[in-house]
Amino acid sequence: MFSISTLLISIGAITALTVFLAIILVVADAFIANYGECKITINGKKELTVKGGRSLLSTLMEEEIFIPSACGGRGSCGLCKLRIESGAGQYLPTELPWISKEEQARNVRLSCQVKVKNDMEILIPEELFSVKQFSAKVESLKDLTYDIKELRLKLIKPEIIEFKAGQFVQILTPEYKLSDEQVFRAYSVSSVPSETDVVELEIRLVPEGICTTWIHQYLKEGDTVTINGPYGDFHLRDTERDIVCIAGGSGNAPIKSILLDMAEKGNRRKVSYFYGARSRRDLVLPEEMAEITKRLPNYKYIPVLSNPDEGEDWDGETGWVTDAVARHLESGDNVEAYLCGSPGMIDACIKVLTEKGVPGELIFYDKFA
Amino acid sequence: MNADMMPAAIFFGAIFTGNILLSNYLGMCSFLSVSKEIKTSTGLGAAVIFVMAVTTLLNWIVYHYLLIPLHLEYLRFIVFIVVIAAFVQLVEMIIERVSEGLYAALGIFLPLITVNCAILGVSLFMVIRNYSLVSSFFYGLGSGVGWFLAILAMAGIRKKIAGASIPKGLEGPGITLIIAGMMALAFMGFSGMINIS
Repeated sequence: MFSISTLLISIGAITALTVFLAIILVVADAFIANYGECKITINGKKELTVKGGRSLLSTLMEEEIFIPSACGGRGSCGLCKLRIESGAGQYLPTELPWISKEEQARNVRLSCQVKVKNDMEILIPEELFSVKQFSAKVESLKDLTYDIKELRLKLIKPEIIEFKAGQFVQILTPEYKLSDEQVFRAYSVSSVPSETDVVELEIRLVPEGICTTWIHQYLKEGDTVTINGPYGDFHLRDTERDIVCIAGGSGNAPIKSILLDMAEKGNRRKVSYFYGARSRRDLVLPEEMAEITKRLPNYKYIPVLSNPDEGEDWDGETGWVTDAVARHLESGDNVEAYLCGSPGMIDACIKVLTEKGVPGELIFYDKFA
Repeated sequence: MNADMMPAAIFFGAIFTGNILLSNYLGMCSFLSVSKEIKTSTGLGAAVIFVMAVTTLLNWIVYHYLLIPLHLEYLRFIVFIVVIAAFVQLVEMIIERVSEGLYAALGIFLPLITVNCAILGVSLFMVIRNYSLVSSFFYGLGSGVGWFLAILAMAGIRKKIAGASIPKGLEGPGITLIIAGMMALAFMGFSGMINIS
């Protein structure tokens, strides 16, 4: 039989038990998990005093030192590596898949897994100090293809960014209808470094993607967004070798930045740019990418369609982008390569380039996972 | 009858004849995902032994001194889960503070265990089978040891077959589930010894 007293007793009992357990945990958190203030020494020069108990990655982020991380601290991307000279304790099983034996010998750690529990000495590459957080205004947001948008951001504060063509920035996606937490996602810059007050990105809509859906469907011109960067070591190496660039999808962005930067600097190296797409409507900025040849004399743009629509007048390359590369590239002896796109495409391209004789250490890539 | 069983019999029964993983197929998700390496399997297995033994004890106390007197037995699912979650979180905090080595070896697995259904399963079986306090403790301990044994054996087998050529569609969880099935058949050989279910 149902009665009010049964109801009250069950609610009371559950509440009492839960409150009791919650109190225990709150007290434990205040006493057991309280690590007080810790001192972090960076590169032997800079000293920070921080509150302990959280991961090194988020502690540093609070101090405005931004370590690249694509997964947001879940230990699944392996990007937030740092050298920790003292104070980190032993390796955790969650770090080991990302850290090689050589890196272990140099005390490389995943900063999202290491908690700040006592004083630490860490080493951060100097270029990460140039990583800053910017607020920026959406200057324009337009469709490049049916699923790729070009987002132009005008920097507000700080007003100027210094980066190398090919690097990427992270965009903060705020909480919105489809996501109840803030996330950072990384996108390559497509504008030239000489345009110091603008960051331009090419963003492809990923089905169910938190950040891309927000940019494609919720962001408007005039809105303010938060970004940080620049990150990454995908940039043009200063050599005399011929250059092969291969990209697919929004992988056009960093290549565009690299090519425009070369044009501005009057670079005379030979460049072939293979862009793989399904059909004509998937090509990103075909005219603009072809016209670069006016300013970059030894440049050739080779779009490759794997699946041209019926009845389309397409006299360019067809098939897989890797086959087109194999047809055009005679020998890889004097070549270095820059690849940007999906992991599958990059792995296939690395295979072809290696077979052609391009040395593995001269194949640079940025995998868009 | 069950209530009168010797704790020692329950302990060994829980390991061999009524192995929580191989006879009830509980705790499968972490069993499949963590059994790739012997070292991590050992860590997770040890954590399961500890948490199972202690939470079964705690849940017995909560059940018999809180739920039965108030006639709230039907709330045991939610209450047991809350107790397990709170306990695991507390233990993680303590381990992280006290011993760095233990945290690296064991503590890191604790959050995985909160949602391990074998832990809740053991607490529920203890109620169904009407165990006494001592028996419950040994049942929890035995189930933990049984789970540990099963994942360790699986990790060993997976290491042996690491170089084997397995049909494409069966790689990973597929072949692991088949092996788990064979292990369960092998463990059925013990079933004549002690009957705890």
